[in-house]
Amino acid sequence: MQIYLPIAELSVNIFLVLALGGAVGLLSGLFGVGGGFLMTPLLIFIGVPPAVAVGTQSVQIVASSLSGVLAHMRRGNVDFVMGGVLTAGGLIGSSIGVWVFSLLKKSGHIDLTISLGYVLFLGIVGGFMMIESLPGVLNRRPAGVASVARGPTRHPWMQALPFKIRFRRSKLFISSLLPFSIGVLVGFLVATMGVGGGFLMVPAMIYLLGMPTQMVIGTSLFQITFVTAVTALLQAIVNQSVDVILALFLLVIGVLGAQLGARLSSKMKGEYLRVLLAVIVLGVAIRLALDLVLTPQDVFSLGGGN
Amino acid sequence: MRRVAALFLFIAFAFPTRAQEVPLVADLSSHLVAITTGFAGTNVLLFGATNGPGDIVIVVRGPTGDETVRRKSRLGPIWTNRTNVTFNDVPSYYRVASIRPLEEFASPELLSRYQIGFNNLRITSADQSLSAEQIAKFRDSLIRLKSEQGLYEQGLGAVTFMSNRLFRTELSFPSNVRTGTYVVEVYLIRDGDVASAEIVPLNISQVGVSADIYDFAHNLAPLYGIVSVLLALSAGWAAGAVFRRV
Repeated sequence: MQIYLPIAELSVNIFLVLALGGAVGLLSGLFGVGGGFLMTPLLIFIGVPPAVAVGTQSVQIVASSLSGVLAHMRRGNVDFVMGGVLTAGGLIGSSIGVWVFSLLKKSGHIDLTISLGYVLFLGIVGGFMMIESLPGVLNRRPAGVASVARGPTRHPWMQALPFKIRFRRSKLFISSLLPFSIGVLVGFLVATMGVGGGFLMVPAMIYLLGMPTQMVIGTSLFQITFVTAVTALLQAIVNQSVDVILALFLLVIGVLGAQLGARLSSKMKGEYLRVLLAVIVLGVAIRLALDLVLTPQDVFSLGGGN
Repeated sequence: MRRVAALFLFIAFAFPTRAQEVPLVADLSSHLVAITTGFAGTNVLLFGATNGPGDIVIVVRGPTGDETVRRKSRLGPIWTNRTNVTFNDVPSYYRVASIRPLEEFASPELLSRYQIGFNNLRITSADQSLSAEQIAKFRDSLIRLKSEQGLYEQGLGAVTFMSNRLFRTELSFPSNVRTGTYVVEVYLIRDGDVASAEIVPLNISQVGVSADIYDFAHNLAPLYGIVSVLLALSAGWAAGAVFRRV
């Protein structure tokens, strides 16, 4: 069954859209990633113009993230103080990102920068997570042991930073500059790469801040909800690139997927979750890297009017 | 479609003198293609009659605009878009239909004058940095890519003739057609010259809910953005509330 998308100005198969939205929603609830790094390329692949894909999936991420946050809140898995600091950084970072994006667009190198950025970040993050979490799974080490040695306790200079805050829920007493800078970096990526940023934020919170894995997912979803809501609003105002029909289908099915994912995540061991996420992140990175390196089937493409 | 053709046959035979006065008459089964939420492409019937022998050529042109063609090439180990050529006045849709190959009954000058056929489309680039040969390669790619999207076509056999006087053809429009005013041109070519031509406009536009959403998004963008985000937030919240009880 086909449905016409008024903003994208083309018709798509509704079942295909529902399958994609559901799968990405499931990952969102399971790992606390927004799923933007998967959704954007998938939408473009089925023919949606890139600008509309980015604008629309940010709306979808708002919905699935919020339902994820609510699910995690009920289990007490959201650190609001930490989430607030991350959100403040995220909004500043995304403002800087919008500015850099326009500079890169003028210089004509935006496509390559985005592709290389994806490969670089996903490759590093995925590889690092794999190395860290794989031994734990193979040795069947009890979950939680690994997190004791991580975080600023391992790095004295981090302990020396000012503006220390006690994050009660995360059982941390660290400088607020650390989560704030993570927020800035993630917000920057939201604006420049059209992703939620969870794939970077989740490992950064685990390995850099030393937060407990269960707390990390709810808290990162908290930040993603706020930052993508502001981004979606800007996209609708500046580019008129939010397709509400497409968003509606994606978010209804995405929300269901996210609920299912949140349920599954509390039943699964943290170590397994991390290996699984590492596999997905590395898979996307390898796919994108191959696209860059392999000889393309068609060297010509249509870029639309300017 | 059948009924339209039958009606047309009736008219053509009932008023034979009228048909002989005008060398060519043509019309569409509909002058408006309405894009609604269920739109998945459509066909429009073109039908007409001639007053004698001659070849019929049908040309459909969509609204024009700029198109950029990008070419990837190697930069170290990486393939990336490195050369762009922007063409002006490119029709978003272009279709030529005839019964015989064009060159059998029309001179190159005639085809060029009326911009009939891919080679005669006047799509040009203001780009000065590339040679004419390179520009031509980009132009060929533009036409090839447009054809792959189902938006460009030229070919034979799409037109059917009845009793040498009446003709009909189906014009197909895929779901990715641009909205706007299309021009359907029908040429009657006799002895190597255009004996008569008829131009029929065709309007393709979004109607109903789909059109309302489009207007809302473009005319009241900030409000549309706020509504979209609120919709997303309420959907997320509703799902959370529903699942708490399950």
